[in-house]
Amino acid sequence: MKEIMKKIGMFFLRLLGGIGSFFKKLWKHRQGRVGLIIAGILIVCAVFAPIIAPYDPYDVTQRAEKGLSPSWEHLLGTSITTGQDIFSMLIYGARSSLSIGVITGITIAVLGSILGIAAGYIGGWVDTVIMRVVDVLLVIPTLPLVIVMTNVLGTSYAVIVLVFAAFGWTGLARVIRAQVMLLKNANYVKAAELMGASKWYIMWRHILPAVSNLLIMSTALTSAGIMVAEAGLSFLGLGNPEAVSWGKMLADAQSSGAMLFGHWWSILAPGVGIFLAVFSFMRIGLAMEEILNPRMRKGSSMVKVFKHLNNTYLQEVFDSMDDGSKLKGEYATCQINESPAGREMLGCGEYMLESALAEGKAEEPVTEKGGNDESAGS
Amino acid sequence: MQENENPLLKLEHICVTFPVKRDYPFQKKRFVHAVTDVSFEIGAGETFGLVGESGCGKSTLANTTLGIQKVDSGKIFFEGKELTAMDKKQLKEARRSMQMIFQDPFSSLNPRFSVFDIVSEPLRIMGGYTREEMREKVGQMLHEVGLSAGDMDRFPSDFSGGQKQRIGIARALILKPKYLVCDEPVSALDVSVHAQILNLLLDLQEKYHITYLFISHNLAVVKRICNRILVMYFGKTMEYGDVDKIFANPMHPYTRALMSAIFDTDIDTKHERIRLKGEVPSPINVPKGCRFCGRCPEEDEACRMGEPPLVEVEEDHYVACFHCGKKADADG
Repeated sequence: MKEIMKKIGMFFLRLLGGIGSFFKKLWKHRQGRVGLIIAGILIVCAVFAPIIAPYDPYDVTQRAEKGLSPSWEHLLGTSITTGQDIFSMLIYGARSSLSIGVITGITIAVLGSILGIAAGYIGGWVDTVIMRVVDVLLVIPTLPLVIVMTNVLGTSYAVIVLVFAAFGWTGLARVIRAQVMLLKNANYVKAAELMGASKWYIMWRHILPAVSNLLIMSTALTSAGIMVAEAGLSFLGLGNPEAVSWGKMLADAQSSGAMLFGHWWSILAPGVGIFLAVFSFMRIGLAMEEILNPRMRKGSSMVKVFKHLNNTYLQEVFDSMDDGSKLKGEYATCQINESPAGREMLGCGEYMLESALAEGKAEEPVTEKGGNDESAGS
Repeated sequence: MQENENPLLKLEHICVTFPVKRDYPFQKKRFVHAVTDVSFEIGAGETFGLVGESGCGKSTLANTTLGIQKVDSGKIFFEGKELTAMDKKQLKEARRSMQMIFQDPFSSLNPRFSVFDIVSEPLRIMGGYTREEMREKVGQMLHEVGLSAGDMDRFPSDFSGGQKQRIGIARALILKPKYLVCDEPVSALDVSVHAQILNLLLDLQEKYHITYLFISHNLAVVKRICNRILVMYFGKTMEYGDVDKIFANPMHPYTRALMSAIFDTDIDTKHERIRLKGEVPSPINVPKGCRFCGRCPEEDEACRMGEPPLVEVEEDHYVACFHCGKKADADG
């Protein structure tokens, strides 16, 4: 029993470590940081809504006069139809929007990864069955289907989550399947198979970690999409009628003629809410995509690579060179050749030399660089 | 064939084919003939070389000996037990004493794993070791392959190609296998580290009495470390036997062509380079007759009619060629 508890504990520690390192990477990325900050604020709002919001929009006794303009008492006024405090609704609205987005996103990630990995790794008839199901589901438009389903099953968030999850995993499963098929042929997977590792072991230890970043990225992006869809459904009156959500606030403002009365704040507030939520999740997702795929990095040059590596060792080597060596670039290359991560550093070394040349600090090296290239990395 | 007292590994008439996708429905099923009727034995403690050009079935043949490639026909015996008839559980138990070193050290190590994770993976899969035991074993193993125990918590990207290959060797040897497949273990490395890795393999063989199946297309390497070799061409055995005898007296025209391609440091003596004409034919439509037809400098009508049998030309030296038999007769 203790053993099992220890194992579970270790697993969660690892998971936390993985998530931590992921956030660290994201924090370093400028756009990712913007997304993280906004998403963080929204999540705090959602979790601590009863503390932050001055009124409880669900409490009928806390309703004020209908259609009040913004004042210190009601920061964004009150709604025209019910007299609820709009600022409080805005904060409570983060709850439904974010929870639907994130819950659906995570469900899709779980479904998509399980089915994608199964299809890609096991192959054979499992692959055929899953991919045919994907083909069928892909051609069904989700939003009209949700509208139909809410008519049949009633308007509740559970239905929205279920339908979006049931139809949203297909794209992710395809991407993951392709990735897994690449990984499957890696020699380290073959080596593990040779050692007698079970399929579960390989999927769990080798394949899942390799696609985990992809999963996080897609969760962020699909969550953003689902949030927009949820707002749209609520706007059409197909969301949960009892919940406070941004889409429903928009719908109420629209139907009560807020624009007619000049109550722009009651439309702007939920709009900004939706925008910020989607924007932040998209930022996180896109930043993740850029981190994962270096080729997408804009203007990636040696300068950036060098900054990225932030290698103090190289700088030391460069600083310790006397001017004569700097002129020839010999010292740098030979030092680099000896170092363990040879080639990468050699690239940077050449960059430094080039930059020195460009700044007129050094002359063209007399020795042939080709000879040095070949001996690198040994 | 030479009767070995108790060969570690014995292959009898192994055939492996892969089905080819049909171009159109109801097309006759076609197969790639990867390995056709290959038999050999590897004695315990020896180094057996498998030589041939790319795509001739070397790796497929090696995979069959590890039980990861199913054979279409033929039998494989490992330590006297029939590998081809084992169920999954028995196979897992048998694999405990077989391991493999891969050609490309860069893709054979999971970049997300630390060296400790990589080298301890066989222990983890076999089960029954505590973390402390694993750390101790991994430390010892790393020391044996010329790395230090302090490298345990670093990642593969911190190491050079040769060092990565050492990590791969440590992983393969941690369960103390009896049989190790080396699939071109040095061909992806810089020339300067070839000798280091080969010497390491030889030292470890001496220490642990491991049997090697050494796949290579570099005959110089094969000559240096193998006891016996099998020259394959297009899925079939061309020449097979003791390495010294084959190198002293290569009988098959293909072997001779391979040997003439060895890169020699001796630049003063000019040796003639045999250049083969043509290409390897399609393995789907195997031509009748000798497999080497069309490229062989010595082919005649008989070669095109039937496949030459593997004949023993001298003790522990077998050749599959119509001409060398005659030649041996003429010489003898």
